[in-house]
Amino acid sequence: MEEQQATVSDRPLEPQRRAIVIGASSGIGAAIFEELARRGYLVAGLARREEELTAVCEKINESQPGRAFAFGHDVTNFGSIPDLFSQVVTAIGGLDLIIFNAGVMPSVDLDEFNFEKDRQMVDVNLLGAMAWLSQAAQRFRQTGQGHMVGISSVAGDRGRIANPGYNSSKAALTTYLEGLRNRLTRHGIGVTTIKPGFVDTAMLVGAKRTFGVISPDEAARKIINAAESGKQVVYVPGWWRLIMIIIQHIPSFIFRRLSI
Amino acid sequence: MSKENSFFTTNHLEPVTAWGGASSSTAYVYRPSTIEELRDILTAARQNDRTIAFKGGGNSYGDAFSNREQVVLDLMRMNRILEWDPQSGIIRVEAGVTIDQLWRYVLGDGWWPPIVTGTAKTTVGGCAAMNTHGKNAWKMGTFGDHVLEFDLLRADGEIVTASRETNPELFHAAIGGFGMLGCFTTLTLKLKKIYSGMLHVEGASQPNLAGAMRYIEERLDNSDYLVGWLDATSGGRGLGRAEMHRGIYFQPGEDPFSAQTMQVEHQLISDSIMGILPKSSMWFYMRPFMNQLGLRLVNTAKYFSARMLSGEKGHLYQQSHVAYHFLLDYLPNWKKAYGRNGLIQYQAFVPVENAEQAFTDIFTHCQKRGLPNYLSVMKRHKPDDFLISYGVDGFSMAMDFRITNRNRPKMVALTQELDEIVLRHSGRFYLAKDSTMRPQTVQAYLGQEVIKRFCDLKEQYDPEHLFQSDMWRRLFAVRSEKPVTQSG
Repeated sequence: MEEQQATVSDRPLEPQRRAIVIGASSGIGAAIFEELARRGYLVAGLARREEELTAVCEKINESQPGRAFAFGHDVTNFGSIPDLFSQVVTAIGGLDLIIFNAGVMPSVDLDEFNFEKDRQMVDVNLLGAMAWLSQAAQRFRQTGQGHMVGISSVAGDRGRIANPGYNSSKAALTTYLEGLRNRLTRHGIGVTTIKPGFVDTAMLVGAKRTFGVISPDEAARKIINAAESGKQVVYVPGWWRLIMIIIQHIPSFIFRRLSI
Repeated sequence: MSKENSFFTTNHLEPVTAWGGASSSTAYVYRPSTIEELRDILTAARQNDRTIAFKGGGNSYGDAFSNREQVVLDLMRMNRILEWDPQSGIIRVEAGVTIDQLWRYVLGDGWWPPIVTGTAKTTVGGCAAMNTHGKNAWKMGTFGDHVLEFDLLRADGEIVTASRETNPELFHAAIGGFGMLGCFTTLTLKLKKIYSGMLHVEGASQPNLAGAMRYIEERLDNSDYLVGWLDATSGGRGLGRAEMHRGIYFQPGEDPFSAQTMQVEHQLISDSIMGILPKSSMWFYMRPFMNQLGLRLVNTAKYFSARMLSGEKGHLYQQSHVAYHFLLDYLPNWKKAYGRNGLIQYQAFVPVENAEQAFTDIFTHCQKRGLPNYLSVMKRHKPDDFLISYGVDGFSMAMDFRITNRNRPKMVALTQELDEIVLRHSGRFYLAKDSTMRPQTVQAYLGQEVIKRFCDLKEQYDPEHLFQSDMWRRLFAVRSEKPVTQSG
């Protein structure tokens, strides 16, 4: 069996945790990929841009030999996901944690109403998450253990003038994750929703007003801490919760006149 | 829909947990009931590039039946008794028949399995694959010594018969070969004639390890079973103080009520203690004692009660076979008392001349590391002629260690140090109990030549390495730890 997939076995007294990160070639995802390996997980990173992904993976394996695995994948290729999920889980030898981080935010002008861009965001940010997390949910439900994390956004808390498509893709993701959580918590499976604020990644390039920007590494640490302690909804950093409470409570007759 | 989707669906995914409970993984578990189903799974696994491990009763302490994210074949449903001759005591059974099933079937005709494990939940196939032993190993050898013939399903789906005359090399390698050469489908066993459902049992106490060993050595010729329960927590001259048990069969005609005592009902263990305390919840009350202080207390109390009741000379009583042998079944779920991370067992086999020194070193080393074992059982053995063998003309010490999340790294280090002590004293190890060995340890006690012969047979009977377990990969087929980059 030449092409037989070699599963990574554990020595019985030295159990290892296993994780999948979807959207792992840059930004928060790459930082999560690396931080998980540093914490001793066996991690499979998936991304569309294979070259970048391979570079990240090789860099991790230099300091954490054998911990990182790379799989090239476009999350909008929905039909391939069931087989790929099973292939990835077999390769790393199980699954304890899955983090869906893939997301796109094409820049949209204030006078631009572009269905193609909106659809791209829904395809990647929402349907990609549904395709992957439903695979994980089915497995976790069957084996009775596991934790999943969806990287949503503060942008999903309110529809705003800048990018309605992005807002709605993240709002739907937040609601989807909440539904999954309500379904799965009673079976011992955790679901964490992460709402990052401004993180210093490619997505922020060209953004007009930013404040309190944190590094991807710091975001990754906070995200994994939240997952490991079984939190439900976590703003990253935490003070965004306060800001978003305020923003969520601004009445519409004021909010629609604001430029945020 | 691809084959992958139709066959390896998540509804076959199950957690597969080591008997000791210290490790767990997920696998696609199938439970065939016929050889045809078994063959179908072999074919499907091959088509999907999955490997297969075999599982019987699932009583191996470590990873012998686990196969992470691959296929685990649970053979418990292949459990028919095929032929039984009460005159000769020869029985032909399917591999999934348990020891429990076996003794219940033959006892009424005056027979008993010659080798039994400490639990009756093991299967005949599992006992042959791990080549198990009992408390009579120095006299009756191992389980394999009583197998006359077996049928083995090879990786290519063909069935091959082996005995000491036909395919003797396969016979001596598949027994003890931990399921890596093929799947036992049927086995023919020669059982032991008995003349009563009871055993004479002598209980005695011994003040230390040397005394316990002497007790056994002096009684080898006129006993049928010998075992010592040692206290590894006491120090100094009391190191290894022990409660000894010796079992002797009834002679023909000695038991006037043999017709009654050889009925199944007569053997059954009561489900309560003194008719009051339900045994099913006893593990809960044992829990507070599962720490260093509690365990010293229990071991001390056990020793002094044995000394009071029996003394060093011993006192005689009678016990049913079941009550005497299947101590692990006496308290249901007792291992739950060890907590969520369970236990491992470390069993070392050391030649007579080195045994006292080796066990003294082991006990003192465990005490020094602050990881004393909770229960130590000493037995006497003899060499056997199977390829993967733990047999020595000497003693074995089986030690239970509680595992916690915090002590895992310390236990890893400790067991490696113990391996060195055992190897220094020409000792051996037993795969059914193992959770901690490294490939170099196996190479050291089995020798390169034995390993090469086993691997050659593996190439002959399973060239694609369809049959694998986590244990096989851990001990025999080490993958390089190179980073893997794949694309999918």
